[in-house]
Amino acid sequence: MTAAEIKEAIVDILSDIAPDEDLSGLKEDVPFRDQLELDSMDFLDIVMELRKRYRLQIPEQDYPELASMNQTVTYLEPLMKDL
Amino acid sequence: MPGPPQIPSEWWGETPCQTPINPVRSWVCYYSGIWPTVPGLAEEPPPIRPPECPFAPADEPPMAVQRPEQQRIVITGVGLTAPNGDSLAQFRESLLSGRSGVVDYEIRYFGKTLAGICHFDEVKYQRRKEIRRGTRAGSIGIYCTREAIADSGLDWDNVDRSTVGVYVGTTEHGNVETENEIYQIKAYDYDCSYWSHHHNPRTVANSPAGEIALNAGVTGPHYTIGAACAAGNAGLIQGVQMLRLGECDLALVGGVSESIHTFGIFAGFSSQGALARHDDPAKASRPFDRDRNGIVVAEGGCMFVLERLTDARARGARLYGEIVGYAMNTDATDFVLPNADRQAECIRLALKRAEITADQIDIVNTHATATVSGDIEECKALRQVWPGGGRTRFNNTKSFIGHAMGAAGALELAGNLPAFDDGVCHPTINLDSLDPECELPGLVANQPQQAGQVEYLLNNSFGMLGINSVVIVRRI
Repeated sequence: MTAAEIKEAIVDILSDIAPDEDLSGLKEDVPFRDQLELDSMDFLDIVMELRKRYRLQIPEQDYPELASMNQTVTYLEPLMKDL
Repeated sequence: MPGPPQIPSEWWGETPCQTPINPVRSWVCYYSGIWPTVPGLAEEPPPIRPPECPFAPADEPPMAVQRPEQQRIVITGVGLTAPNGDSLAQFRESLLSGRSGVVDYEIRYFGKTLAGICHFDEVKYQRRKEIRRGTRAGSIGIYCTREAIADSGLDWDNVDRSTVGVYVGTTEHGNVETENEIYQIKAYDYDCSYWSHHHNPRTVANSPAGEIALNAGVTGPHYTIGAACAAGNAGLIQGVQMLRLGECDLALVGGVSESIHTFGIFAGFSSQGALARHDDPAKASRPFDRDRNGIVVAEGGCMFVLERLTDARARGARLYGEIVGYAMNTDATDFVLPNADRQAECIRLALKRAEITADQIDIVNTHATATVSGDIEECKALRQVWPGGGRTRFNNTKSFIGHAMGAAGALELAGNLPAFDDGVCHPTINLDSLDPECELPGLVANQPQQAGQVEYLLNNSFGMLGINSVVIVRRI
């Protein structure tokens, strides 16, 4: 998957987790939790959806790498390049 | 309280107390409701009160329960969702017009069946994210509670939420979520790392009440009451008790059910030979009918706002009725088969606590679920308490909507409350050929009946493991 495709996949996951939010203005360099109403359980949903949809097992120590869109894409790119 | 009374001479001898009494005792009896021990006289309170007490306040019904006002608990708000109505007005209209809420339904593994399905506006009081986070039972409970609060006219923003209690009856909780998770992880070869982190908060037994408290900002006590199909009544009874104990100043009570979203309940009733089947869904739930063949499972909910009479009157609240009697007991005879004797004892205990006789009840909402033995046993119990020839009418709500499980008791009581105002007893429908073993004088079949001035409603709700509950509500 390309960086653009990964970004699209993350937005798709976020739209399920936060269905009341308008994601069109999502700032890519700002942490998700600073601009969306997401708590720790919602964050775990991101991890779970990546696991379910792409069979990605993200170790707990790497969770901080999923803080913003830019960070997430950077972290996932090598893991998803062959998908 | 007036001074020494001029007691009519006929009250001195054989009185409605059915025993010779002395004036002191009758004075206490008639004015305070207290029945003191008097040497040589019976210990029991009088089974009935004088039909008209000339010393009673003019605005007081003649046979009022004389509790201190702080101990008198009234219903001041109703919110509900049923398969045939999402408000009390809609629900009542359906019950008077014979409109069923039972439809064709299909659920994984079990396949095609019938169910009562609700159509309330989920996003009226919840955001979509909250709906996703919680459970169907929670959404039902939230909708009903918020509707009840709105109906009560309470200035909710200024209510001290730490003094509010939430007591919600459920038949079962957690099966829906557990079935969902197992179904989901099947796609991952049952790898438990795919099991949702939402599972535990969704399935803890207090979940529906907790979701209500979270949504409504209630910081007083909240919990569910697991009471099988007696749960709706049990939630209401718990609220009455907590208000009388001073554990809360406002109680949000009732019952909810999400059971149609678990295939297990359909499969379980089917294996018991107790799941209804019919080509016409609207005719499938047919209590007392010779051709009944089981239960139609329904979802639904009903929540009441309960207050002390003093508080309700102080704010000028609308009073739907006063809960003047209740009882719960246990068969202790079987896991599933009911026991008419214990049910009759439960009814009699509720009547005793309400200090009224069976014949004073205007309408009995029967529990009957349309199982063969369940309906017969309840009718045996009812015939014990009402041997016949009386004025009491009997109806049934499940014939319209199916069995809303934990919500049934509360929903069925709610559907009858408007009878205090319109004087109409809604019927039991689908009664084409009465099972002779279900014969009940006063059974209102298929068409509503004018009942005159309705003073008392009695609501039966019974459940598995022999749990019985009865609630009596008086017009106020």
